[in-house]
Amino acid sequence: MAYALQQLINGITLGMIYGLIAVGYTMVYGIIGMINFAHGDVFMVGAYVGIIVLTAFSGMGLTAVPLGLLVALILAAGLCAIYGYTIERVAYRPLRGSFRLAPLISAIGMSILLENFVQTSQGAKERAIPSLIPGGITLMNENGFVVQLAWMQIAIVITTLVVLGIFTYLVTKTPLGRAMRAVEQDAKMAALLGIDTNRTISMTFVIGAALAAVAGIMFLLYYGVIDFYIGFDAGIKAFTAAVLGGIGSLPGAVLGGLLIGLIEAFWSGYATVAYKDVAVYSILAIVLMFMPTGLLGRNDVEKV
Amino acid sequence: MSKVLSLSGVSAFYGQIQALKSVDIDVNEGEIVTLIGANGAGKSTLMMTICGNPRARTGSIIYRGEDITNLPMHEIARRQIAQSPEGRRIFPRMSVEENLMMGSQVVKFADYDQQLGLMLELFPRLKERFGQRAGTMSGGEQQMLAIARALMSKPKLLMLDEPSLGLAPLIVKQIFSAIRKLNQEMGLTVLLVEQNAFQALRLAHRGYVLVNGAITMQGPGAELLARPEIRAAYLEGGH
Repeated sequence: MAYALQQLINGITLGMIYGLIAVGYTMVYGIIGMINFAHGDVFMVGAYVGIIVLTAFSGMGLTAVPLGLLVALILAAGLCAIYGYTIERVAYRPLRGSFRLAPLISAIGMSILLENFVQTSQGAKERAIPSLIPGGITLMNENGFVVQLAWMQIAIVITTLVVLGIFTYLVTKTPLGRAMRAVEQDAKMAALLGIDTNRTISMTFVIGAALAAVAGIMFLLYYGVIDFYIGFDAGIKAFTAAVLGGIGSLPGAVLGGLLIGLIEAFWSGYATVAYKDVAVYSILAIVLMFMPTGLLGRNDVEKV
Repeated sequence: MSKVLSLSGVSAFYGQIQALKSVDIDVNEGEIVTLIGANGAGKSTLMMTICGNPRARTGSIIYRGEDITNLPMHEIARRQIAQSPEGRRIFPRMSVEENLMMGSQVVKFADYDQQLGLMLELFPRLKERFGQRAGTMSGGEQQMLAIARALMSKPKLLMLDEPSLGLAPLIVKQIFSAIRKLNQEMGLTVLLVEQNAFQALRLAHRGYVLVNGAITMQGPGAELLARPEIRAAYLEGGH
C-alpha cells in the first residue's frame, strides 16, 4: 500500500512533465498536421538554459532559490519561444504545401542540429545540479517503508498545473486561442475571415516551445542531471503520450502524459526498470488497437 | 455609381485545369449582382479568386480603387469583403457564439454587440443555439450561421455562395428577403452565386451567366429572366 502510494506520487510528477511536452506535439499536429520531431530537443534546450541560469545564480552567491527558479523559467520560456519560432520559420514554413514527408524529415534534421549544437557548445558530459528544494513531507510509515512527498514534487506539480491553467485560458478564451482553433479546424476559412494563418501557426510553435521549456526546467529539478540527449527520450515518450491521449486533443495530451508517467513508475516499481519502456509502448499498441484515435481523440464525424 | 469591385481579364487555374477564362465583372455600390451557371461553371472559383485562393493568374481585381489581386487572403478579408462560402465551412467544434466572434475578427470590438444583436434578430434560430457546437446543428441552421458569420464583419461587399442550398423553401424565402432588406435599408452590396436562377435573377439588379469559366451573357436581372436561352438552360424544369 505504502509502496504503491509512493509510485503513484512519482508517476504523477513524471506524468505532468510528459504532459507539458505532449501538449506541444499535439498542438502542432492539430494545426498543421505534422509531427514536430525537434520539439523534444527544444525541451532539452530549456533544461540547459535552466542549468546555466541556476549555476550562474549560485556562482554569484545568490541563494534565493525561488527567485532563481523564476528567472530560469522566464528566460528558458522566452529563449525556447524564439527557438520554436525560428525552427518553424526556417525549417517548416518553406516546405508547407510540399509532400507530407518533407517537413517530417526537416524536423528530424532540426532535432539532430539542436542535439549537436548543445553537445558542442555545452559538452557531451552529463551536467548536474544539487537538489534545490530538499526535504519533503512524510505521508506514512509502513513497517519502515517511508512514503515521501518531496517539496520538489509538489513544486513541479503546482508549476505544471498553473502553466496548464494559463494555457487552457489562452486557448479557450482569448482571440489568439480562437484563431488557433479556427486554423486547426479550417485554415482556409480562417483566412477568409481575416486571420493571418502564418502568424497563428508561428504563435502555436512559440507557445508549444515555451511549455516545453517549462517542462525542461521541471525535468532538471526532478532528476538533477541532464545531457544533450534527454530530448530524444522524453520527446518520444511525450509523443507517445500525445498519441495515447488522441493526437490533436489538448486534454488528451495531459491525460496521456499522466498515464505514461504512471505506467513507467508502477512498472519500474513492481516489475523491472529495464523493461519500463517496453511496458509503455505495449500499452500504447494495445490502446491503439481498440481505440485507433486514442483515448480522447475524435472520430471526425461532421455533418455535411 | 461607384464601382466596389471590378474584375478584368481574370483567369484562374487548378493545377493545369483552367477554371476561369478572362472574366470581366463589375459590382457597383448598393447593387445585388448574381452569377448563374451550371455546376462546375466556375462560380465558386470566381468568388474564391476574389478572396485570393486560387490566385488570379492573369488580369486584375480592383476593390474600391485598390488593386487586391495579389494581397494575402487575410488582408483581402480585412478590407471587409466577406464570404459565405460553398459548403458553409462553419467551424464545427466551436459554439455558435464563437463562430460569430470569428466573423467579427476584422471589425472593432465595439461593433460586435451591435452586429450580434442584428444577426440574432435576423436569425432567431441562432439565438436558441447560441452555446451549441456548430457541427451538431442541422444543415439549414449551419447555412444561417455561415451567412450571419459573414455579416458580422459589417461587410462592404458580401459574397454569398448558394445560400439556398439544402434549405427548406420557407427558409430560402426568409434568407432572400433578409438579403433584400439589408440591401435596401443599409445599401449592402451583394455578389450572389445561385443554382436557383429564377429567384436569384428576380432579386438581383444585374446578372452574369458563367459557362465553362467564361462570361457568356450579362444584363439586368429581369432582362436575363426574359431571354429564351436562359429560360431553356437554367429555368425550365421547375425552380
